[in-house]
Amino acid sequence: MDLTLKIWRQKDSNSKGQMVDYKVTEISEHMSFLEMMDVLNEQLVNSGDEPVAFDHDCREGICGMCSMYINGEAHGPDRGITTCQLHMRMFKDGDTITIEPFRASAFPVIKDLVVDRESFERIQHAGGFISVNTSGNTQDANALPISKIAADEAMDAAACIGCGACVASCKNSSAMLFVGAKVSQYALLPQGQIEAKERVLNMVAQMDKEGFGNCTNTGACEVECPKGISLENIARMNREYLKASI
Amino acid sequence: MSGLLSSSIARKFAMALSALFLVFFLLMHVSINILSLFSEDAFNTASHFMGTNPLIQFVMQPILIIGVVFHFALGLILEIKNRKAQGVKYAQNNGAANSTWMSRNMIYSGAVILLLIAVHFVDFWFPELNYKYVQGLPEDPNRYYHELVEHFQNPARVGIYALAFIFLALHLLHGFQSAFQSMGANNKYTKGLKNFFAGYAIVVPALFIIIVLFHFLNH
Ligand code: SF4
Ligand code: FES
Repeated sequence: MDLTLKIWRQKDSNSKGQMVDYKVTEISEHMSFLEMMDVLNEQLVNSGDEPVAFDHDCREGICGMCSMYINGEAHGPDRGITTCQLHMRMFKDGDTITIEPFRASAFPVIKDLVVDRESFERIQHAGGFISVNTSGNTQDANALPISKIAADEAMDAAACIGCGACVASCKNSSAMLFVGAKVSQYALLPQGQIEAKERVLNMVAQMDKEGFGNCTNTGACEVECPKGISLENIARMNREYLKASI
Repeated sequence: MSGLLSSSIARKFAMALSALFLVFFLLMHVSINILSLFSEDAFNTASHFMGTNPLIQFVMQPILIIGVVFHFALGLILEIKNRKAQGVKYAQNNGAANSTWMSRNMIYSGAVILLLIAVHFVDFWFPELNYKYVQGLPEDPNRYYHELVEHFQNPARVGIYALAFIFLALHLLHGFQSAFQSMGANNKYTKGLKNFFAGYAIVVPALFIIIVLFHFLNH
């Protein structure tokens, strides 16, 4: 299929960017979206132009690196996937596809479609961990009984890959789904209880400091999240925060 | 207060608590108004009580006004903060793909409700203050029903109220369940509650519209 691409080009974080039109031809419907971008970049390199910078790593839908806001949605029109798992069969011959970086003040553009998501790392450093002694006296995993429901819910929350689609989709650029998932995965398990209070307070404080917006429960994050992280995790974080504050 | 509301989750609680308070007030308001459909006397008695009881006049009423001002002011502050957090706007953004119109336009439906409150103040509250405190007229416990009927003889006013109540329904459709989510109440047990919230959001504004139309058409 032949496509017109409207892509955000921006030289570096200090430059002003703009949308630029490109044409690609003979794209197979079996290609992934990133492979289509590879075709474009080869074309650009061959003609001596600067290729479009975009993030990617695993190309298996597990690392969360590939970002891109495609036709007005994070990771494009498909559900439950990252951009590397988006296939060209979702588009038709002759389509025009708009491709932008994830937008949020807390995700500044580094170049073209690549944004800086270090703000997520700093939130994690503020409390997204448990402190354990790993020096030789490892405990038996079954020494602490955990209910099946709690284990399942914790596992679901831990599925978050930190991709940032929730922030990109949110009209308020709120990071509550991400932070809600990270808080929940520990809040549901006995191992997370010792540091529960500082965890939620510190992570929320860091989230606010990074300049993410205020959640108004539109639910866009949950719909666009590639890992199906539920809004229930935000509600749980709110409860944890209330518990820690009083 | 800025200390108390310095965190995004604290602001969320504040928004939700003030919302739930206003939702409860709406229920009281509509309950009294419904009486006017059935009995002039019952409506007069209830209105006379509300209009003269010192606890309601000097405690509840100021709390209500503070509640409205607080909810609106915080909503506006959050809207400004959130626009800043978004930074550069998308060239193409398909919000309808992942969220409801109501949830994305709370600031606008809220603004219409604020206008409704302003109109309502000019229509009922200012004349009421004038009657009671400026002119100091003696209380007539039977005046309320006639005041109500008289106000809704003007088709323009009826239209404005009806339209504004539709925006109230849109605001509540997102707002009521959103307040519960903000308070941390969202799990597998609260699914059924969502239907109740949606029902409330439609039924209460619809009752207001019915009451206004009833008096317009019946007199
Ligand atoms: S919650 Fe979902 S959308 Fe947000 S960072 Fe985690 S995986 Fe990505
Ligand atoms: S490149 Fe790893 S999830 Fe897409």
